[in-house]
Amino acid sequence: MASTLQFDLVSPERRLASVPATEVQIPGANGDLTAMEGHAATITSLRPGLLKVVNAEGTKAYVVTGGFAEISASGVTVLAEQAVPLDELTAPQLDALVAEASQAAALSSDKDAADKLVADLQAMRIAAGL
Amino acid sequence: MPSLKDLKNRIGSVKNTRKITKAMQMVAAAKLRRAQEAAEAARPFAERMTAVMSALAAGVGTGEGAPKLLAGNGRDQVHLLVVMTSERGLCGGFNSSIVKLARSRAADLVAQGKTVKILTVGKKGREQLKRDWANAFVGHIDLSEVKRVGYANAQAIAREVMAAFEAGEADVVTIFYNRFQSVISQIPTEQQVIPAKFEATGASALYDYEPSEEAILADLLPRGVATQIFTALLENGASEQGARMSAMDNATRNAGDMINKLTIQYNRSRQAAITKELIEIISGAEAL
Repeated sequence: MASTLQFDLVSPERRLASVPATEVQIPGANGDLTAMEGHAATITSLRPGLLKVVNAEGTKAYVVTGGFAEISASGVTVLAEQAVPLDELTAPQLDALVAEASQAAALSSDKDAADKLVADLQAMRIAAGL
Repeated sequence: MPSLKDLKNRIGSVKNTRKITKAMQMVAAAKLRRAQEAAEAARPFAERMTAVMSALAAGVGTGEGAPKLLAGNGRDQVHLLVVMTSERGLCGGFNSSIVKLARSRAADLVAQGKTVKILTVGKKGREQLKRDWANAFVGHIDLSEVKRVGYANAQAIAREVMAAFEAGEADVVTIFYNRFQSVISQIPTEQQVIPAKFEATGASALYDYEPSEEAILADLLPRGVATQIFTALLENGASEQGARMSAMDNATRNAGDMINKLTIQYNRSRQAAITKELIEIISGAEAL
């Protein structure tokens, strides 16, 4: 049994998960990273993507749309703007997210960032297999 | 002197009123529990957010090149007051206390030669401020269709506020709401959201930042504004139900007192009428 770290996933509206985990795969803004016990203290912002939590019970995936993660040696706290367990996510929900982001991209002054967001969401969609 | 019939009607109507206020009180109690749960559920997010942001803000400082949402745009002329009130009345002094605070703040600012703009959230505050501050209104956000305040609502308000800030139409943004302390006590609170203010934290933990401190801070600040507004909305929601509950409790008790008084009055006048009739009969019989 590998040593574990405390994983918390909170959204503005509620706490979605608070479980021990052996590893947490985080979609960081600069690329994916995996946090395990003893990871250097890091704060990273998130891009839309899949957040995977591995523990003794198996792997659980969440779809997150942004926010940040705080990693310390003994725990990971993910503050996500929106977070939905992958098995609860439906295709229409994802479509709505993509549509919202594209709409924002059309209005946004920072074209690159907004387009990247749309691309991230679409990549996430493929990863989620919907 | 009202007739017996009048009194009876009056008692009937007060009894109906009591039933209604009692029902409202119970509805408010149920809603209060839900609102409190929502506020509780949102707390971890807001707390972590504030903790991380204040650590970041302390690191980045407010010097040259700091994000505008943190350092301000260098001016202090136009103040945007976001006044959050309820959509419905019958909740005691809930709305009045917020409006009172906002009004005195606005008057202070005007006295200092600043420009005041007001954005209202919730119908009741708008109605109360309309008389003397109608010229300062820049917008209104209607939440009457919203059953449960969600983060999306807060984001919408935050977007509006930040758009005004970025367009240079507002330099300082302050929100007004009632902080929930207990069912009988709600504290009208003003909180400056732009430029962001953080209480200085002690030693900030040593973290690696990815991408950079500045980039994360720039990404977080808009979310921070939305989070603060969301927290305020939830606190306000709980306060509103708390205020309504105690107001309706008072009303129910008053109605009870009133019924007692009216019943006594009714019985007295009924007895008086009987006595009068008896006297008439007896004196009539004696006269024979």
